[in-house]
Amino acid sequence: MEKFISHTGTGVPLRRSNVDTDQIIPAVWLKKITRNGFEEGLFSAWRQDPEFVLNKPEFAHGTVLVAGADFGTGSSREHAVWALQNYGFRAVISSRFADIFRGNSLKGGLLTVVLPQSDVEAIWAAVESDPSTEITVDLEARQVRYATTTVGFEIDDYTRWRLMEGLDDIGLTLRHVDAIDDFEKARPAYKPATLPAKV
Amino acid sequence: MALTLAEKVWRDHLVRSADGEPDLLYIDLHLLHEVTSAQAFDGLRLAGRRVRRPDLTIATEDHNTPTIDIDKPIADLVSRAQIDALRNNAAEFGIRLHSLGDADQGIVHVVGPQLGLTQPGMTVVCGDSHTSTHGAFGALAFGIGTSEVEHVMATQTLPLKKFKTMAITVNGKLKPGVTSKDIILAVIAKIGTGGGQGYVLEYRGEAIRTLSMEGRMTVCNMSIEAGARAGMIAPDETTFEYLKSRPHAPQGADWDAAVAYWSTLQSDPEAKFDAEVILNADELAPFVTWGTNPGQGLPLTANVPNPNEYSDPEERNAASRALEYMGLTAGTPLRDIKIDTVFLGSCTNGRIEDLRASAEILKGKKIAPTLRMLVVPGSAKVRLQAEAEGLDKVFLDAGAEWRQAGCSMCLGMNPDQLAVGERSASTSNRNFEGRQGKGGRTHLVSPLVAAATALRGTLSSPADLDSAKVGA
Repeated sequence: MEKFISHTGTGVPLRRSNVDTDQIIPAVWLKKITRNGFEEGLFSAWRQDPEFVLNKPEFAHGTVLVAGADFGTGSSREHAVWALQNYGFRAVISSRFADIFRGNSLKGGLLTVVLPQSDVEAIWAAVESDPSTEITVDLEARQVRYATTTVGFEIDDYTRWRLMEGLDDIGLTLRHVDAIDDFEKARPAYKPATLPAKV
Repeated sequence: MALTLAEKVWRDHLVRSADGEPDLLYIDLHLLHEVTSAQAFDGLRLAGRRVRRPDLTIATEDHNTPTIDIDKPIADLVSRAQIDALRNNAAEFGIRLHSLGDADQGIVHVVGPQLGLTQPGMTVVCGDSHTSTHGAFGALAFGIGTSEVEHVMATQTLPLKKFKTMAITVNGKLKPGVTSKDIILAVIAKIGTGGGQGYVLEYRGEAIRTLSMEGRMTVCNMSIEAGARAGMIAPDETTFEYLKSRPHAPQGADWDAAVAYWSTLQSDPEAKFDAEVILNADELAPFVTWGTNPGQGLPLTANVPNPNEYSDPEERNAASRALEYMGLTAGTPLRDIKIDTVFLGSCTNGRIEDLRASAEILKGKKIAPTLRMLVVPGSAKVRLQAEAEGLDKVFLDAGAEWRQAGCSMCLGMNPDQLAVGERSASTSNRNFEGRQGKGGRTHLVSPLVAAATALRGTLSSPADLDSAKVGA
């Protein structure tokens, strides 16, 4: 995974709440078996509207998505994270993320930043009045900075360390393979197994 | 220390715990399907890793599969390639796979319980958010992304941060015509799509205890629609009875040992939940959604709400956008909304009891000539059982289509989709924009409301049916 320490880019204001993963990447796009090439599917239904924010030239090159509450609800599809990344987003700011989406994003190096709704609205106002406003999402300092404003955000030490180092979770877990072996030895005999198959 | 059910299952799966790090939890059962696994298998191959426990892993084909002509090659070449990838991966890594045409093929969340692989006190994961279904057995079951699918395949564990716990108590008895689907739609409308965020929900109370296992699965299935990681119901005699004759249920002394353990899987009386919600079953009525998220629901007797009545500006905007997308006018009685397609199926309501309940209403009647009805069993076994009971004939005689098993129109990854502007009454779980097909409009309903709606042509409950006049 690519390291994430700090990122500076322009913002895209998405003034909608409850943006579910079916909107981020509709199901028809999920048939691909690679992790790339999903940018075309990103918000594909909404992008048919010429007024949709991603179709406005002033927001065409944004890398920080600033969205309404409950971003990423619904389906567990990690394709939603890949689509945002493939399109060029490095971070998403919202007042609340759905759990599975947040987990997926932090596994894959898309930084999801939780800020109070009032801060989200202040960023919306700032980027709408001047789309060239640069937003810095600084994981190391746990800060979002834009224009003259600095806002702190919370993220646990472990996740921050893993993202800043770009570490692979599987590798980290396999350092404890002895603990997994021990646990397996003590599992009760009545726990089911899928093999051999019984029908 | 007094513990909740979820905390007990967590404790019993703890592989490793260290300050400042997530807990490492052992996973008892990993369910796979074609849509969220291909990239995970690629990851294993790239790193030269194997599947640690193929014997705790099972795969089925469900999301992409067609529900007609299943004896022919899949017409959509991209879908076919994804199914082929799963078949190749299962063969290469030694994973048990139930393919299209196999008697145990079906929606992953119908297949697991049906085989008896889902049991109380287990940890169950799948790259699918409706994995919460399995919580009906007192398992801690939740959806994961593809990176986590790869992690579980490689290590049979997951690093996880502790969840909070919420008790949802449904007191009293349900009135006739009110179902488990109405309970969960009412819960979501009450706490909202983000209300369960960070929580494992435990459903309790008389109305939950008296539900069948299938009804409990419907409730737990939609926990994710309230934003929760998982939903659980403590196991009891109903659970043990359901499991006893299943192919993978423990036998003999193992059964006794299992039941002894399962019987301890209840929240201790002094256990503290982080949040509590109480509903009264006798106040519940058939529920339908009017908007574009599952929290936008109301009793069927209500009218389409007026966005101006919401004090919260976010909710007001969301409601007004939803009405525009849904093509609805504030103040319209929900019962007057005309429906084009009725979909009976999905991991929420595609089980045998759902088909029976719906068939009971349709029996000897004809669906409205203005609509089509798709009946899609949750699994090939459910289909066979329904045919043994003659339910297929009831549906066909009523004018409905009787299809093969799969996810089908719940998410429209296969050809079963709504057209632009087409309106459905659907027993599935999500009414998101375009969920059932681009531009399609979805109202979530119970199997009873689906059947009554099919007969009258507008959103209806069984109580609205006058047998002398409708569909006779």
